[in-house]
Amino acid sequence: MDDSPTPLAGSALDTVEEGPRTDHGIPVRLAATILGHPTVDGLRARFGASIQHHEISAGNQHIVYVEAERNREILRWLKQDPDQHYDLLVDVTAVDFGGGHPLQVVYQLWSVPHRRALRVKCELPLTALAIDSVEPLWRTANWLEREVYDLFGIEFKGHPNLRRIMMPENYAEGHPLRKDFPLRGRFTRAEQTQRALSQDPVDQYIPTELATEREPQVPGNPPLGESEAAEPSPGSGG
Amino acid sequence: MVKRTVEYSISRAPEMGVAGEPAHSPLFPVDLAEPELGAEHMLINIGPQHPATHGVLRLVCELDGETVIKVTPHIGYLHSSFEKLGEYRTWNQVVTLTDRMDYLAPLIYNCAYVMSVEKLMGIEVTEQCKVFRVILMEMERIFSHLLWLGTTAIDLGAFTPFLYAFQEREKIYTLHEKYTGARITTSATRVGGMMADIPDGWIDELKEFLLVFPRTLDEIDALLTTNAIHLGRTQDVGVINAEDAVNCGFTGPNLRASGIPYDLRKDNPYYDYETYDFEVPIGEHGDCYDRYLVRMEEMRQSVGILHQAIERLPGGPMDVPDRHVTLPSKTDCMSDMESMIHHFKLIMEGVKAPPGDCYFAVEGSKGELGMYVASAGGSKPVRWRIRPPSFVNLSVLPKLAEGHLVSDLIMINASLDIVLGEIDR
Repeated sequence: MDDSPTPLAGSALDTVEEGPRTDHGIPVRLAATILGHPTVDGLRARFGASIQHHEISAGNQHIVYVEAERNREILRWLKQDPDQHYDLLVDVTAVDFGGGHPLQVVYQLWSVPHRRALRVKCELPLTALAIDSVEPLWRTANWLEREVYDLFGIEFKGHPNLRRIMMPENYAEGHPLRKDFPLRGRFTRAEQTQRALSQDPVDQYIPTELATEREPQVPGNPPLGESEAAEPSPGSGG
Repeated sequence: MVKRTVEYSISRAPEMGVAGEPAHSPLFPVDLAEPELGAEHMLINIGPQHPATHGVLRLVCELDGETVIKVTPHIGYLHSSFEKLGEYRTWNQVVTLTDRMDYLAPLIYNCAYVMSVEKLMGIEVTEQCKVFRVILMEMERIFSHLLWLGTTAIDLGAFTPFLYAFQEREKIYTLHEKYTGARITTSATRVGGMMADIPDGWIDELKEFLLVFPRTLDEIDALLTTNAIHLGRTQDVGVINAEDAVNCGFTGPNLRASGIPYDLRKDNPYYDYETYDFEVPIGEHGDCYDRYLVRMEEMRQSVGILHQAIERLPGGPMDVPDRHVTLPSKTDCMSDMESMIHHFKLIMEGVKAPPGDCYFAVEGSKGELGMYVASAGGSKPVRWRIRPPSFVNLSVLPKLAEGHLVSDLIMINASLDIVLGEIDR
């Protein structure tokens, strides 16, 4: 695989502390032919070409690469079809292999009744980091997708409250878990301290919370729904 | 000593409101009309430094009088991006990051991480190592549940269980210290084995703990399980049904309290857990009281597993006899050329993993603790991801606390058993 070296925009520290070796490229994909998985056959039969690839990793873990545009449809089928019934969304995360490779969104599924696991991956090119949110299917995805948005900058379309979750709301340095993000941040320690000190306490609240305080509600008004209706913050595109 | 137990006639049929929700009746009902108060909703900020949030957690609550209308958890105050740091470390160096996440059950995190890496590398650890890791993980389950028990009781105003629980925890701290040299930051595991063999007398001390601990647990049980205040504060508070619990991603004791018998030790067994004789306690109401009962029973079951595991310890080597994974002994390094080369390679380059990715989950004390490692070959992970049980459990807090009183919010938050070090990572 021909990989250009990762463009590490950063200080000299990054060259001192050698980071992850991205010149290995992404793992060679060994097609899973020996061991079948009941779900994968069903997926192939139903979604055809949208199921791009099926591989086995670490001995017996099945991974299915699906088309990113149809992720919600496919995951909905996996959750609701009685033969599949993946009712527990264990994890949503992303992997950046660096070197300009597409980002992988990883869904880790588990079926409580069938005791089966499946890993579903969608690949997103760096130029179009957006994918449908699965929050309507699993409430678990609410915070997990916010974390991926915060740390990787992947936008989840249709998420009710896509805000940063780990980093402060006004964090301006980008998305820390991306490979192009230097280990020690983009600014010097002095600049970071200055930013922290110059923060406005109001920034510590989200818009809906502040609106509550300023507009007292009368009894009988429907209480605010559980999904905070804040519009997605502009975030930072980097 | 005669154990005093008092039975209270508090049943599981509390007064119900119009919509079927439990009505919060005051202790002494009064007939006076409530004075007309302002209709303004209040915005109350709890934390980030507040003892009842069990860590650096900030809850912004919108209140109508004393009723919680909405609660928004703000997290990230302890965020140190362990996952990013892990990408700059070799496979074995990451172990030190894992126990800093959950400092209430560090050894489970140590074990879960190396188990995932070993699965990725296809390493089968020795029988001695397997059984010893089971011992450590079950010990940590007790360790973590005891802290939960003590601090939750203190949130309800019961001080004595806190002291009893911490007295027992101290013994496990001593066991940590005897084995690893550290009380909290244990870093005991290595890829392919453990940091050291079991020290002399360690198992005897553990046996001693297992003799005394059930009796202490019974005493705490007698103080809380039928205590009227405890029942009143926990029954039908923070209820979540089975379907919602799965949909919200609950795992561990919280999920089992809602009636779903999902326990990775039974459902996806690792380290021969299927051959140990133990029960998975299940609740039926999904409230704070059931979460309490489930954890109490889990501690008793862990004691049983520990007894069985101690019997099973086969002896023999702790580390796999693979020179690409395990460091040779110091004597060999000094006397044997081959060993010295392997030592040099392992220290300078680290263990190498094949390309691929692996998700491995163990039943942690707080829920499903998954470790996802992705490798592109080489001695460093491309991505190391922790599936955080507390993080997912905490995300359900707004749903659970809605409509309850502020004091119940504290109880619900305590009953979820969160640890902020792992939530923020």
